[in-house]
Amino acid sequence: MEPARTGIGRQAYPSSSGGREPTNLGDILERVLDRGVIIAGDIRVNLLDIELLTIKLRLIIASVDTAREMGIDWWEHDPWLTGKDRHLLEENRRLRDRVAELEEGYPREVEGRSRRRAVEGEVEGRSRRRAVRGEVEREEDDRGR
Amino acid sequence: MAADPGSGTYLYAVAAEADPGREAALPQGVVGGEVRAIGRAGLVAYVSTVPLDQFGEEPLRRSMEDLDWLEETARAHHGVVEAVAREAAVVPVRLVTVYSGDAQVWALLEERHDDFARALARVAGRQEWGVKVYAAPGEEAGERAAGEEPSGEGEGEGEGRGEGEGGKTPERPGTAYLKRRQQQIRGREEAWRRAGARAEDIHGALSSIAVASRRHRAQDPQLSGRPESMVLNGAYLVDRERGEEFARAVERLRGPGGDVQLTGPWAPYSFAVLDDDGGLREGV
Repeated sequence: MEPARTGIGRQAYPSSSGGREPTNLGDILERVLDRGVIIAGDIRVNLLDIELLTIKLRLIIASVDTAREMGIDWWEHDPWLTGKDRHLLEENRRLRDRVAELEEGYPREVEGRSRRRAVEGEVEGRSRRRAVRGEVEREEDDRGR
Repeated sequence: MAADPGSGTYLYAVAAEADPGREAALPQGVVGGEVRAIGRAGLVAYVSTVPLDQFGEEPLRRSMEDLDWLEETARAHHGVVEAVAREAAVVPVRLVTVYSGDAQVWALLEERHDDFARALARVAGRQEWGVKVYAAPGEEAGERAAGEEPSGEGEGEGEGRGEGEGGKTPERPGTAYLKRRQQQIRGREEAWRRAGARAEDIHGALSSIAVASRRHRAQDPQLSGRPESMVLNGAYLVDRERGEEFARAVERLRGPGGDVQLTGPWAPYSFAVLDDDGGLREGV
């Protein structure tokens, strides 16, 4: 039941406020959970203490890819998200270095390494996001972390 | 009311002095509760009575994990906030703010009267609009095309080499691959740069109509329900009488590039702030 609920954005209810755009559950959750005035009631519930909720909602609310690409760095300080997605920039830098090296005239040993990169790098489009996470972990392993 | 130790008072929103009869139009609250307006000090709090076996600390910890329960509760909360916002300036309160009884809410209205009054003044006569901008669907996939055919666009440093610089070995497959890959990455960066610049432009144009604006975190495709990446998730506080103008501006900003989606008008969720919210955070 739980995993099937991941597509929070799917439902579109007619807006109760005059039906302009359908009101998407994701938009509502984002507002009622993340915005609005925070007042300590008598019942103390710190939403961020709720671990599962944090994982399910914060991770899906936050698009790591987009934030990074846009240069928004709030997630850099977010322990839930750090370390997840530095991969593309790094790969880019490595490849630039590599190409520069090659152009300098060190064409040795490239094929073996690039083939492996080719497999990793070729994951595109929709599946990229998921693939990236897995890759980062693999690469960190490679580096012996 | 709510003197019963098994129940609490759930707070949805605070508005300025109630017009009589406004409550009649309100939808049901969370867990089907009847919404009441309780006034004090020139302010009115919209509340309903909730059972603590669902809204006590421990039960909430569990029920908040249940996305079905959460959805129902969030929609009910939102429904009340929106209904109040249609009629009056309102300060929405975060989900599951629960007091032990009405008396505690009265005390809140008295103690924080000035803060609420200021917050209400900021949003009075204004509405929040949401604008989401997506990267063009082709932009992420299009990077492949950008890499495939190094068409003389820009500084393709690798192409045409060998012409003036004889003596270099012919290109090896590994080198060719790396170059192609580099170009792909450039294509992607370029696409993102374009999408980012567009988001910047749109945000700037809309902010000039709004009295306040805020960029929220982009939503993940799982939340937005759309496959494309979101590049702008903006909220704009706009004078009611400029609402149409704002919507027209959004229309004009559509065009080549990814989709531009307008939502709202919303209650001013993103702009209702008590001056020293920080001091009110839980645990402080």
